[in-house]
Amino acid sequence: MNALAAIGEILVLLGTFFYFLSALGLIRMPDVYNRMQTSTKSATLGSLGVLVGVGIWALGTDFGSIPWLTKTVVIAVFLLLTNPISAHALIRAAYKSGIPLWEGSVVDRYREHLEAKEKEKVEAPEGAEETPTEEGGEE
Amino acid sequence: MIGINIYLALIAIATLLSMYRVFRGPTTVDRLVAVDIMTTITTGLMVLFALYYQRMIFLDVALVYAILAFGGVIAFARYLEGGL
Repeated sequence: MNALAAIGEILVLLGTFFYFLSALGLIRMPDVYNRMQTSTKSATLGSLGVLVGVGIWALGTDFGSIPWLTKTVVIAVFLLLTNPISAHALIRAAYKSGIPLWEGSVVDRYREHLEAKEKEKVEAPEGAEETPTEEGGEE
Repeated sequence: MIGINIYLALIAIATLLSMYRVFRGPTTVDRLVAVDIMTTITTGLMVLFALYYQRMIFLDVALVYAILAFGGVIAFARYLEGGL
């Protein structure tokens, strides 16, 4: 039983260390896109470590039971699904509201994508109805 | 239960660094990114407290907090895009 507690402690230590790394990336990176890139990735990994670690650790204690592991795995899967979605929405909002890229950035795929779509719409305005617009806005 | 002080210290350092970005951040999206990371860290902290106080009900609190934080961040992003 004690081996489960040891494995859980190691996982929790790894997760909190990744929390620290994500906050460090939030400080060290030059612009908002890079900050979101590093910190969301490591915060998601840290959450997985902490949640699954706590579930395994609780199995090794005297009060723990199987529902602990089940509930923590449910929260971990929920965070794993929703964290990239919220990061994507925030970064698209940042791009739409005109925040400039860092001056060292060399690739802007989203602008190329938008320009290609604009050119395609200008050249063939009849075919624009079949392709659904990406935004899905009200306009 | 020996090493829980280390975990709490690491979480505290991470929260302080995020608070620095919240107060310092040059744009609004910087502050929102920092708050998003802080909500993720708070969910992990609640799960740690559930183990420390041996109460399983705190896990439900953490799940509801994660759902509400996700909805809040999506709402803020839509507002910044001008779509809300």
